[in-house]
Amino acid sequence: MADNLGTSPDEVQFRFRDDEPVDHGTVTVDACCDQTNATAVRIEPGDDARLLLPYLDRLALVEVNFPGFGDGRGYSSARILREAGYTGELRAVGDVLIDQLSHMRRCGFDSFAPDKRLDEDDALRAFATWENVYQRAADTRRIIADKRHEA
Amino acid sequence: MYQYDSYDQAMVDARVEEFRDQARRRLDGKLTEDQFKPLRLMNGLYLQLHAYMLRVAIPYGTLSGGQMEALADIAEKYDRGYGHFTTRQNIQYNWIKLEDAADILADLSRHEMHAIQTSGNCIRNISADHFAGAAADEVVDPRPYAELLRQWSSFHPEFTYLPRKFKIAVIASEKDRAAMRLHDIGIRIVSRDGEVGAEVYAGGGMGRTPMIAPLIRDFVPIDQLITYAEAALRVYNRYGRRDNKYKARIKILVHELGAAEYTRQVEEEFAHMLAVGVEPPREELARIAAYFAPPAFVDGPKTLDRSDPDFALWVDRNTHRHKHDAYVSAVISLKPAGGIPGDATAEQMRVVAKLARDYSFDELRVMHTQNLLLPHVRIADLHAVWSALDAAGMGAPNMDTIEDIIACPGLDYCSLANARSIPLAQRISESFAAKGRTEVVGELKLKISGCINACGHHHAGHIGILGVDKKGKENFQLSLGGSEAEDVSLAKITGPGFDEDGVVAAVETVTDVYLGARQDGERFLDTYRRIGMEPFKEALYGG
Ligand code: HEM
Ligand code: SF4
Repeated sequence: MADNLGTSPDEVQFRFRDDEPVDHGTVTVDACCDQTNATAVRIEPGDDARLLLPYLDRLALVEVNFPGFGDGRGYSSARILREAGYTGELRAVGDVLIDQLSHMRRCGFDSFAPDKRLDEDDALRAFATWENVYQRAADTRRIIADKRHEA
Repeated sequence: MYQYDSYDQAMVDARVEEFRDQARRRLDGKLTEDQFKPLRLMNGLYLQLHAYMLRVAIPYGTLSGGQMEALADIAEKYDRGYGHFTTRQNIQYNWIKLEDAADILADLSRHEMHAIQTSGNCIRNISADHFAGAAADEVVDPRPYAELLRQWSSFHPEFTYLPRKFKIAVIASEKDRAAMRLHDIGIRIVSRDGEVGAEVYAGGGMGRTPMIAPLIRDFVPIDQLITYAEAALRVYNRYGRRDNKYKARIKILVHELGAAEYTRQVEEEFAHMLAVGVEPPREELARIAAYFAPPAFVDGPKTLDRSDPDFALWVDRNTHRHKHDAYVSAVISLKPAGGIPGDATAEQMRVVAKLARDYSFDELRVMHTQNLLLPHVRIADLHAVWSALDAAGMGAPNMDTIEDIIACPGLDYCSLANARSIPLAQRISESFAAKGRTEVVGELKLKISGCINACGHHHAGHIGILGVDKKGKENFQLSLGGSEAEDVSLAKITGPGFDEDGVVAAVETVTDVYLGARQDGERFLDTYRRIGMEPFKEALYGG
């Protein structure tokens, strides 16, 4: 059933938000589009994140599932939601590895529930890998080219 | 030449430290080989038949004498005293130890070099016309755009786990010297009514399903280039096939959707991206371009003493017209007859580095034909340059001839190979050189791959040779009529394959057919296109 889908707040290992996490499960993208009251949804790699755009106002949690770490579609899903103005929690779940954390963060993820808990020290180091960045992404950091040309 | 500022340097240094950490976690057992593999691949480290192989990026094929010396030092310190220059304008070291890898990356970083994104399913090293900045026929120097793309694609957060690897080439003239339309994205910088922009092709590639990239946009305003690339990549990242590794390249997506539909989706994403605003500030391109300002060329003699026939032949074969008429670009052949295509010893690299410093504004290029290039040589200095090259075994006058063979590493190094490509290249070039047939045959691009992955560009050879496995024995398929240039085409298979002796003889047979049929001025490729496959088939397999 829909309520069994998704991760619970206890499974979240890293969270970069101050609000209370949603305390119930997520529904599929299809269900979210059919059902007018869902507030939490889970995106699978093959789902089109843009189907959710009409409902962003009512969503408080979007989980993006990474069944295998090598499938990078979830990075695009995340950025698309942020580009559309989604401000709720964006959680990376599944096969999430240490060396992907900084990229995921840049794509707009602000919470992480990896299948296998990550080594805390290694993960914190990984989040801080890039002091500067070359390209614009969902994190609105000023990029190196901006800094080079500031008056 | 581009030079790192403190930001670029910090990025590369951070990557070295990150890799050191990853290697440590692998050794501590915190990373499985499966998890470590994509990480080491993003740092150019492959596991091959006998050892690790490290692929170092040479962005758009441009490097300084000092950088070439650093590559020579690495060859001596960590490898067996040589390196292998590749068709993607990179260098590979074939005998690397995992424990040394982080130290090598640190050495590279000290010389503004790296191995970032030279493998893995990410945007690879950006290649460009090897005559960039020198060729008489270019609209502008394409390298500033390649550098802009390099920075944009380095550690791109959204495009690091693409369906498959992604290769981009940039040129800026009608002539295509970078196999541009055989790349995932090919860009030709053009000028329209005085405004610079980009013609964009998408979905080309070689491998087991070769395809020529169709045009998807005839003009992207240059201050929207990154935005357009971002859109093209996003459509690929979302919809490229991930169910089958062999169908995962963008060429399959473009083919299955059709160029028109792929283009429509990119345009839609492009409009969206323009609204989001992802382009770097305009001044950034100007900042980069300033590094590529033409060196201070000086006037000088435009003719030379051709009394030494060996020198005259080399000049005719291995030099290329320069935008300044007192200069030429000089090709350094890494194809001595009977040698290993693309290999250079540390000593040779140092000779080349010194020549660059003394005679070419400290600039060198790696060519996609696995040769090196001195881009700006005064005509007055050519004899001195040739003498030094000749003395170091790099003076073969064979650019674009049958001795100038492109060959992948093949079964001598590569774990995916079906057959050996290097010994075959050696035999063919040796035999043509010994018989004095090289000049008689003229321009003939022969390309050899040791398996269907086509690293040796065999689909694009005037003559292509592909190694296959036939009941456990090495066998070679011959194909004719390919081209990677502006007259791009894919080669067609002649018929049943040959064993090694057979294919050496077959190459000779097809050149005989050509010599018998050619009309004045025709290259092998022209004759083939005029007379078709039949006469070649007949000669090879009988009536
Ligand atoms: C020895 C280690 C190497 C391995 C394991 C390797 C592996 C591969 C594979 C698997 C492909 C097919 C990719 C696909 O079709 O999706 C490929 C294509 C290619 N590789 Fe290599 N390669 C190696 C060395 C090289 C070298 C030395 C060069 C340059 C001389 C090179 C240049 C290319 C090019 C140009 C292509 C085809 C163009 C394309 O469709 O992208 N590779 N390689
Ligand atoms: S073509 Fe095949 S044999 Fe040659 S390098 Fe590529 S993968 Fe190896």
